[in-house]
Parts: sequence; structure tokens; C-alpha cells
Amino acid sequence: MADMANKAFAYAPAPESRAVVDIAPSYGLFIDGEFAEATGGKVFKTISPSTEEVLSEVAQGSAEDVDRAVKAARKAFEKWSALPGAERAKYLFRIARIIQERSRELAVLETLDNGKPIKETRDADLPLVAAHFFYYAGWADKLDHAGYGANPRPLGVAGQVIPWNFPLLMLAWKIAPALATGNTVVLKPAETTPLSALFFADICRQAGLPKGVVNIVTGDGTTGAALVAHEGVNKVAFTGSTAVGKAIARTVAGTDKKLTLELGGKGANIVFDDAPIDQAVEGIVQGIFFNQGQVCCAGSRLLVQESIQDELLDSLKRRLSTLRLGDPLDKNTDIGAINSAEQLARITELADSGEAEGAERWAPACELPENGFWFRPTLFTGVTQAHRIAREEIFGPVLSVLTFRTPGEAVAKANNSQYGLSAGIWTEKGSRMLAVASKLRAGVIWANTFNKFDPTSPFGGFKESGFGREGGRHGLEAYLDV
Amino acid sequence: MSDRLSVFKTYKLFVGGKFPRSESGRVYEVTDSKGNWLANAPLSSRKDARDAVVAARKAVGGWSGATAYNRGQVLYRVAEMLEGRRDQFVAEVDDAEGLSKAKAAAQVDAAIDRWVWYAGWTDKIGQITGGTNPVAGPFFNVSSTEPTGVVAVLAPQESSFLGLVSVIAPAIATGNTVVVVASERAPLPALSLGEVLATSDVPGGVVNVLSGRTAEITPSLAAHQDVNAIDLAGADAELAKELEIAAADNLKRVLRPQPVDWAAAPGTDRMTAFLETRTVWHPTGSLGAGGSSY
Amino acid sequence: MPTTVTAHGNDAATRLKELADATASDSALRRFLHGLPGVDAVGLEARAASLGTRSIKTTAKAYAIDLAISMIDLTTLEGADTPGKVRALAAKAVNPDPTDRTAPRTAAVCVYPDMVATAKAVLAGTDVKVASVATAFPAGRAALPVKLADTRDAIEAGADEIDMVIDRGAFLAGRYMDVLEEIRAVKAECGDKARLKVIFETGELSTYDNIRRASWIGMLAGADFIKTSTGKVAVNATPANTLLMLEAVRDFRALTGVQVGVKPAGGIRTTKDAIKFLVLVNETVGEEWLDNTWFRFGASSLLNDLLMQRQKLSTGRYSGPDYVTVD
Repeated sequence: MADMANKAFAYAPAPESRAVVDIAPSYGLFIDGEFAEATGGKVFKTISPSTEEVLSEVAQGSAEDVDRAVKAARKAFEKWSALPGAERAKYLFRIARIIQERSRELAVLETLDNGKPIKETRDADLPLVAAHFFYYAGWADKLDHAGYGANPRPLGVAGQVIPWNFPLLMLAWKIAPALATGNTVVLKPAETTPLSALFFADICRQAGLPKGVVNIVTGDGTTGAALVAHEGVNKVAFTGSTAVGKAIARTVAGTDKKLTLELGGKGANIVFDDAPIDQAVEGIVQGIFFNQGQVCCAGSRLLVQESIQDELLDSLKRRLSTLRLGDPLDKNTDIGAINSAEQLARITELADSGEAEGAERWAPACELPENGFWFRPTLFTGVTQAHRIAREEIFGPVLSVLTFRTPGEAVAKANNSQYGLSAGIWTEKGSRMLAVASKLRAGVIWANTFNKFDPTSPFGGFKESGFGREGGRHGLEAYLDV
Repeated sequence: MSDRLSVFKTYKLFVGGKFPRSESGRVYEVTDSKGNWLANAPLSSRKDARDAVVAARKAVGGWSGATAYNRGQVLYRVAEMLEGRRDQFVAEVDDAEGLSKAKAAAQVDAAIDRWVWYAGWTDKIGQITGGTNPVAGPFFNVSSTEPTGVVAVLAPQESSFLGLVSVIAPAIATGNTVVVVASERAPLPALSLGEVLATSDVPGGVVNVLSGRTAEITPSLAAHQDVNAIDLAGADAELAKELEIAAADNLKRVLRPQPVDWAAAPGTDRMTAFLETRTVWHPTGSLGAGGSSY
Repeated sequence: MPTTVTAHGNDAATRLKELADATASDSALRRFLHGLPGVDAVGLEARAASLGTRSIKTTAKAYAIDLAISMIDLTTLEGADTPGKVRALAAKAVNPDPTDRTAPRTAAVCVYPDMVATAKAVLAGTDVKVASVATAFPAGRAALPVKLADTRDAIEAGADEIDMVIDRGAFLAGRYMDVLEEIRAVKAECGDKARLKVIFETGELSTYDNIRRASWIGMLAGADFIKTSTGKVAVNATPANTLLMLEAVRDFRALTGVQVGVKPAGGIRTTKDAIKFLVLVNETVGEEWLDNTWFRFGASSLLNDLLMQRQKLSTGRYSGPDYVTVD
């Protein structure tokens, strides 16, 4: 029966069913509760990064469309903000529940449009999306107790621009607190991953959310720029690159628009010689290969104490050799596709610069699929602070390994960055963990763990990683007039 | 009254705990509200601003690393020192703002009380801004606030002393260090405050006071890559926009100018504006499972 | 380090001499064990859980089921054991599925020492081994001479494998050297006649740091297998403690070149569970441990579930308990 002669325990393909999601051939913009074509009728295609198959055609929102959406949001604001908090809460609870009900469908959709493994959309993205709505739903009628004074007021219309790495989760991080506090929103999803936001529009319909409270305008960077610059917007929230974040900060300068930015990072993951090594190896893998390393808080710089470097790297390489790269819909896939040809080119260019600058490149043997955008999980040893791959955000599955000798040196190297979003500390010594954590200039510190997220836990950066916090009680402030 | 000729004071900058003249060697004439000459104040250059940032940066480690209790005592000490020089500041505010003696005194009293208010906040602000977060997993998760770092402050133009104290004290209470650009027209209370700070246990570099042309000094502060935040209280709309644009280069935290009644209770906004929230996760694990059953 | 040898091999003793310093004295052993990297419980359990989400289907499942059957130490360890019960179990080990002769045999039958001869009689001429618990199983609360006599008795009755329990009392009191020396003594008693499995009773050791230390004591003392538990306490084999022990044998081989087997025992009842353990083996130590020389399941009811799943794969319909034998 089973072929016992062939010793290998080879996992048979275990694809999640594509049939659970029904993608329409084309989508319009979701404005004032209706799907409508863009003015001028411009569209663009969204593809599956693992196959390059066209998934759908999506409307390219113009400045006029943005204007319509902002006006719809403004019109809806009056009633929405006047609604008792308990009623707003119930809408958000409904949304949370519908997301839970439709989570399998949404996970498959997200995997198709983004290229990330179904294991992650199923076990990380979707549960966190539902949890985020559930969490902020509960705040809607408790804002008096949030520490921002009595009866804190919403800002008005929030213009929100989100990235492609966690399309639906970033939508949740933006929309849930905005609605809970009584704002209405115009959200622009990323150009390469518009579909889950458009499905979210349908969830709003199912939840009976009043028209205009949530508007989704798809498009490219120009659409986002029009939204950010629109005079009717009271609040701008952006997650994405530091370069675009700075441009947005300049755009809103001199206005009354409240701004929060969630930008890039070059997180240091510091491993001391007394670390729980096996868990540290897992944490390093989680830190840089979760979502193909396309994570702003990725632990992209491994700072390892020199005395355990060889041991740790041996373990790490052995572990990387077990990573399974391939079809994102396969339930056993660990590493999916890179989101776009453009992103792949950037990763490739930076990795090549690592080699050119003298760092040593290593990647496990693994076959890359013929179509789609793929990059092997890669690590560089012999990296110094002067190398581009130690300074620039690669936003891909590329780990730069540096060494340190003392805790002081570790902290100095970790902080030696324009960014300050995340960091990791691995040590079994409590006092060292606390000392190092208190000196790291980063908004999220994972000690003896990495890449953990929770709706109650504030997230956001120091320095050029942006400002403002998303999540938790702290996340309310961005959407309140305080 | 005696006809003794009084001794004038040479007003100097306050940078790194020392009292330098402007490196430019320039001064400008400061007058009272009626146009009478009061003193020549240093006309700071961009290089003075640069030196002040270096001094402020150098002071961040020690000041932010001091215990909150210690910072509170230092701030309270400032109030004590000011109380002893109350008359001097009443006179300077009177000259600067053309107020009645009683009103000037009220301003100074309020300013002294403001130091006391913030002295009491140093070891409490962290308790109301941070806390543990009940994450859905076996982790201890705690958020705490940290000072942003070096804050450039444009002191209010009109309220030469109470306004000034109201922007400096909250920034340093939480562990930031500041480079403050005094009211352009009325810088003397600010420069005198430097003398008080120098004798109040405030470590050198924690507060650095510059005088001069706001529009000349501040663009380099707004664009400075080693400044973490900027308080635009003393900027007009046009300058504020220009500085906010420049501040985007390294994504400084920007506190925009807004109408403020400096005499009113200040709240916590000016402290929280220059705090960063850091959240630390750590596994909690378990006590181990098992036990014997035979 | 050159190629791998088994803990049972002649060369093993020579290689372990390289670690002689670690076992030179009580204090040296303590320093060595406490110098092992710590274990973060949450991270360990998360890794085990994440490997538990692997989806093993179709051909991979068929492979895994047969592999799992071939790794079972089919066990009965009850006060009520009789020759009849043991004979039935042994017969089942040789011929697990009377309706399908292609079903692989289990690795061994595991019984108390006084039942070894009975089992051996049924299994004579097959490659199914007889394993016997010994050393005052399960509590291990007896004097060393008694434990050694227990062991000797089982071997003389024909046991191919001895499953001993460590002295948890000594371990928890910090007398690591006593634990090590007792294992050595039992190992010496086994000689080249029986392979030695060392049971830690992980549920009583309680912490993962303890399990890692116990694993190293066992391996340093010459264990051929390290085994989680007796099946007689509340917490027996778990994915996390088995993963930890797999990491230990992996690290031990990397250091010494000596390969040691792993046996989770107790609480593994379903095919789904068994496959999760095989995934742990596959992705932690790899295919070199993926046969019954190096990995065993201490189980009894697991076999019938594997057989029912096996029937489902070959017939396409779900099987039921009436279609597997009750022994």
C-alpha cells in the first residue's frame, strides 16, 4: 500500500480549495454604499503573484472619485458620529462576526491576491482581523473611560492609505478604531492587493452599515495622494514606506489634519549567549521569513553574540533547509510568493548589493516555481553596519547577520538606524532583558518571542518608523480630537 | 532713592550649562513694551543652534536615565530658586509685556507654580500613559512611555515667561532635553531663566536657551537630523508650515501652534506630545504540568 | 565527528569518553547540565503546535500510517495482565489486520518482566521484539540491586529491550550523578543482549529545563532510547516534550556522533496524533530517525485507529471498531 521502500516522508500536495471564493471579473469603487465605475472608466488588473494569473479588473480611482468618496463620508459623518456609542459598537461586533464566518473565504482570497501562504492568512491574518474589530467594537461606548477626557469627539473624515503586506489586517487596524470613535472613512487599499478591501465592502453591506460610513477607493499612488491632500479630510492615517510617509507629512503640513504614520523598519533581533537557542532559532525564522519578510517590523538584522555565532548559524541554516517554499494555497507552504515583480526586483537588487559589498550569501537549496515572483529565504553573514543590507529596509526574506561582543555594543548597533519600529531580545536572564529593552529605541520589543500581534497591544515606531500608535487604548487617540 | 549707577547685566545664551555669547558675535536691541532700550540680547546663529543641539543630545542619556523621582526634585528645585528671584522676574515680565505690576506678578507666580505642577508629574505620567495589555496569549505585555529625545521649542512670542515655562517644563519633566528659542521680542526672562536653571541642579544641556530671530534660527532646528521633535508654539502660521515641512525630513514629532490660554490649567498634552510608547512582550510560560498519580 | 554510531555500538563508549569531563564528578555534571541552553516553554509549545498544523494527505498519509504502525511498542502494563491477554497482544503485533496481510508488524510488544516469556513464545521467529519494563516500574522506588535483578530477570526471559524508569526523586533532589550511575548500572546489566530505553516520567519532572537535563543524563549514561513517560501519570507524551527530546538527541549526535532513539509513550491514541509526532521527527531530526530503530510509539489503542484509517485509505469508506480486532 504505502511505498515503504522510499524512505522519504514526502508531504503530498494539500491545497486549500480555491472554490470557496468567488472573485468577480471586475470591481468598481465602493462609494456611499454603492459600487460604481471610476469617472473616466479607467481600470487596472490585479494578479496572483504566485502564478501571474489575472484575478480581476479593478477601478482606478481619480481625484474626482476621491472627492465623491470624501463627500459621501462627510455626509455620513453627521449621523454616524451622533449615533450612541453602543449602536456603533453593535455594527462593529456584527462586522467582527461576519469576518469570522467568512474567514476561510477571505483567507483564500488574501492568499490569492497577496501571495502569502494560506497557513498565515488562516492562522494569523484573519483571526487578528476579526479580533481587531471585536476589540474596538467594545470601545465605542466606553470612550469616556479611555483617558482622553469626558466625551471625546471624533475628528470627521479619515483618509486611510494601506499597504499590500497585510491587506485586510491593515484595513482592520485603520477602520476599526476610526469607526468606533465615530469617524467615517475613505480607505485606499494597495494597488497590488485591492480585493480583500472590496470584499470588506460587501461585509459592510451584510452588516447593514449606513451608506458612506466606509468608502473604498481603489487605485495607485496618485489616488492615495489625492486622498491625503483632499481638503475635506480631517485625519490621515498611512502605513507604508518611509519615503511616502515623509511626502505625506509635507502634504499635511500647515493644515489641521491629524496624522499618524506607520512606516519602515530595520529591526534588530539580538541573541545573547544565554538564549534559549532552539526557540531563538524559531524566533529568528518567524522574525524574518514570516510573510516572506515583507513586514515592516521584521527582525531583518540578526545581532548575535560572537561567542555563539557558529553554533547559532549552524542551527539556523539547518532550520532554513526545512522551510517549504511554493504554492501559497498549499497548507504546508511556509514561504509564499513575493507580492509583485517590482518588489522582487528591489529585493534582488539589495541582495546583490550585499554580495557586491562583500557579505557572504547563503540560501537553502529549494526549487522556485516557474511562474510568479519568488525569492529564496536568504541569509548574509559577515555583514557590517556599513553595508546597505544592514541599513536599508529590504522588505523581503533576507536576513543580515552581524555580531556583537557586549550588551552595550548590541544596544548601540541595534539603535544605529534611522528606524525604530521593532527589536528582539533573546536571553534567559531577566535583568538583562529588561535593561536592554529599556535602552532600545523601538516601539515594539519582543523578548524571547517575535512578530506577535494583538489588538490590545499598541504598535508603532520611534524615529523614522513613524508616529502614533495603532492598537489598544493608545490607538484611539489617533481618531479623537484630543 | 540712591543715585548710584546700576550695574547692567550682559545677557548671554544658555547652552550646555554654560553662558556663551553668540558665536556670531552679533546682538540685537531688546526694548520694553514702550520702545525703551532694555538690553542687547545675543542674536543667535545657525551655529549656535547646532551647538545647542549637540549639548542637548549629550544630556539625553543622563536626564532620561535619571529616576523620575530625581527629575521631580530637580524641577521642584527650579521653583524654589525662582521663588527667591521672584522680584527680578516680575520686573522683567513687567518690562517685556507692559503689564501692571500685579499682573506681571501673577504671571510669575503662575510660572513658579507650573514648575511645581510638572515636578509632581514626573513619576506619575508613566502610570497614566502606560500599562499592561491583556493580550490573547501566554505573554506579559506592557506599554511604557519614553521621552522622544531632543525637542526644539519655539517659545510663545507673547507670554515671555509663563508661556516659556509652560513649554519647557512639560518637555523636560518626562526626560526630554530641549533647545528653546526665546520670544524674539521679549527674550530677557528666558535668558534669566537660564541663570536660574544653572543653579537648580538641572544638568547642563537639559535646557538650552537661544535668543534671536525666530525665523532665522528655527529652520535649521526643524531640519536638523538629530532633533527628534519640535514644538511650534511660537511660530506664526506661515513659519509653522515651513518648519513642519522641514521637520518631515526625519519625521520629527510636531506640535502645531494652537491658541493657548497660558494661565489655564495645562493638562497633560504637552507631556504626551513628546513621549514614545514602547511595548514589550515576554512569554509567561507555565509552572509546568504533570504531577504523579500513583 | 565521523559517521554516526548507535549508543549500543562498540564505538559509543569511546566517543562518550570525550564527554567524560562532564560526568567526572557530581559538581561537574551539575555544571554541565545547568549550562545547557534554557527552554522557553511558550516558544517550544508554539513550535510543536505549528508543526501540528501540517496537512498530511493521500500518499503521505498512507506512508505515515504504515510507518507509525511499524513504530509501535504494543503495550499492556496492567496488574490484570494474564498469559492469554499477552498472547493475544503478541499475535496482534505480528498480524495487526487479519483482513489485510500487507499491514506492517509493530516494532515490539511491551510487557512486565513476568510476561516476557509468554510474549517471546508467540513472537519467536518474527522480527517483532519483546520489550520489558523493569527497575520497579513505574515508580522506580526500590533499591538498586532489586532494579538490577528485575532487569536481569527480564533479559533472561528473552527481552530484547528494557524500558527502565529513572529515579525521579534523586533527580528532583539534585542528585544527578545518582541518576546517571543507576542508568549506567542498568545499561551494564543489558550488555549487548538488550537495548535500553530510559523513561524520565516527564510529567513528574514537570519543567522543560528538567526534561532537557534528564535527556542529557540519559544519553551520557548510554541510553539507546530516551522515553517520555510510563503512561501511568496525568501528563505523558506531548508534542512539546517529544520535540524537546528530539532536539536533545539531535544535539547529542552532533556533539558525539552517537545516535539515540526517542519514544513518546502514553496518551497517543489517534492517527492524527501519531502523524503529528512523525512530522516532529521529520522536521526536527529528519529521515535518519524515521524508522523503528530510532523512533517508537509506546501505545496500545493507537494501533486500532491506525488500522481503521488504513482501511479507509484503501477502501475509500470509513471503517468501524467491529472491523479491527479487540484484544
